[in-house]
Amino acid sequence: MIEISNLTKIYGSGHQEVMALKEVSLSIRKGEIFGIIGLSGAGKSTLIRCINMLERPTQGTIMVDGQNVGSLNSLELRRLRQKIGMIFQHFNLLSSRTVFENVMFPLEIAAVPKNEAAQKVNALLELVGLTDKAQVYPEQLSGGQKQRVGIARALANDPKVLLSDEATSALDPQTTRSILGLLKDINRKLGLTIVLITHDMNVIKDACDRVAVIDDSTIVEVGDVLNIFSNPGTPTSRSFINSIVNREIPAEILQRQVIDHGLNSSRLIRVSFIGASAGEPIISSMVQKYAVAANILYGNIDQLKDIPFGNLTLELIGPVETINEALDFLRKCGLEIEVINHAGN
Amino acid sequence: MLAISGINLAAFFATYLGDYDWVPAAVLFASWETLYMVFLSTAVSYLVGMPLAIILVTSEKGHILENLQLNQVLGSIVNAVRSLPFIILLILAIPFTRWVVGTSIGTVASIVPLSLAAIPFVARLVETSLKEIDWGLIEAALSMGASNWQIISKVLLPEAMPSVVLGVAITAINLVGYSAMAGVLGGGGLGTLAYYHGYMRYQTGIMWITVIVLIVIVQGIQMLGDKAAGRIINKRR
Repeated sequence: MIEISNLTKIYGSGHQEVMALKEVSLSIRKGEIFGIIGLSGAGKSTLIRCINMLERPTQGTIMVDGQNVGSLNSLELRRLRQKIGMIFQHFNLLSSRTVFENVMFPLEIAAVPKNEAAQKVNALLELVGLTDKAQVYPEQLSGGQKQRVGIARALANDPKVLLSDEATSALDPQTTRSILGLLKDINRKLGLTIVLITHDMNVIKDACDRVAVIDDSTIVEVGDVLNIFSNPGTPTSRSFINSIVNREIPAEILQRQVIDHGLNSSRLIRVSFIGASAGEPIISSMVQKYAVAANILYGNIDQLKDIPFGNLTLELIGPVETINEALDFLRKCGLEIEVINHAGN
Repeated sequence: MLAISGINLAAFFATYLGDYDWVPAAVLFASWETLYMVFLSTAVSYLVGMPLAIILVTSEKGHILENLQLNQVLGSIVNAVRSLPFIILLILAIPFTRWVVGTSIGTVASIVPLSLAAIPFVARLVETSLKEIDWGLIEAALSMGASNWQIISKVLLPEAMPSVVLGVAITAINLVGYSAMAGVLGGGGLGTLAYYHGYMRYQTGIMWITVIVLIVIVQGIQMLGDKAAGRIINKRR
């Protein structure tokens, strides 16, 4: 749906040159919720603005639904923008218009006949659950309600793509969840492709199918949210995941390794469970099958979009060969195993 | 001459004011002239100043109609006219006023220098109002595919309206003061009255009457402005 290739954006010139994006390439599929996560200043805001040309790329091309957005003239660009909805961190609703009139705004821009437009607005307000607020001005709404108006407004011209610029960053966690729920709903019902940028890994975890991690103007990792959570490939990804899932082993537990297990050796491992396997009693079958003791040190289970995902830190105690056999067994069961530490013989 | 609900005001004034029986009518007429000048010059200055302000704002760097050269040229002209003291502008404008109106004396003629002085003032005032609007709103409109004209007419102007309305009151009040100055040079209105009678003929009473009337007019304009802006703001709450 969206193909970004070799996108570079440089602000300013000469000595004040600032590289905001450096040779970024991304491919976003039709119908998916694609997240871009990065710290502030990483370039994610510039990246999402290049998709609808609110920022002009210095180099590189962006194709949206087969159209090269950089090569469009201003009229063609305005037509395309009507098909790319956008929502914002600070909602950006017009204070001079009621909720109804705010949602009507993009339809006025697209010169949709009044009757048809009014029907459309009513349907959208129903979709976002704000029918009773139609005649109210934005100032009277809560943050979550404002963002719902923003979403209704962004959907007015039946876009193919929805860009979300930190849409939940100004909202409390509960409201964030309900807005993300609405976005997932829309994504399912309308088959809309959603690109969202955020600095909050929870948003990625709750809503996204795939994620790109952006750091210092470049994409450092792209992949399925599940894969990145279970096996982050870069320090940046790891630190984002650690911000919401505790993967670090407390120092106290690492020190336990000094304990003498006599003839046995001990291994500290981390096991990641994804999807269906999270529901199976794999660890207990391992203990029954092999002569190893499993000491559970730390564990948690979480939900990635709709898929359960967990990880467990275990200390396996037993003869080295048996431990290795047990690990092979776990791998065969489809678990992701990470050996953290060896000790003993 | 003046009759309100059966009372003959002329006779009333003649009885109580003696030689000054002409004063009430003169003050009334002068007030009307002042209001007339202020109203028309405010209207003309907004007619020209608003578009100027829109161009000044939208031609800035990074804005929807970025044109730095145009922005600089217009900005310099506005600053140049604003730096002229009004009394000097009044004299400098005489040939232009004659060319437009046919004369440089009288109420209608005063509207020309008053407007000339107010246009750059209005341009800066409205420019400030327009700049208060969050760039996010413009960005949102752009993201919907709005044209530049749609952004000006559907975002910039309606969003800035309460602030612009307050600016109208400020402008009109300034023009009340300027119109008095124009009055000294034969422009008519309360200024002329105060100058010819209060100053030249030492009729201090008339001076004070004009002062009081001016205060009432200024208060009235400010009140109207506050009310109009308040009404818009309250509606949006």
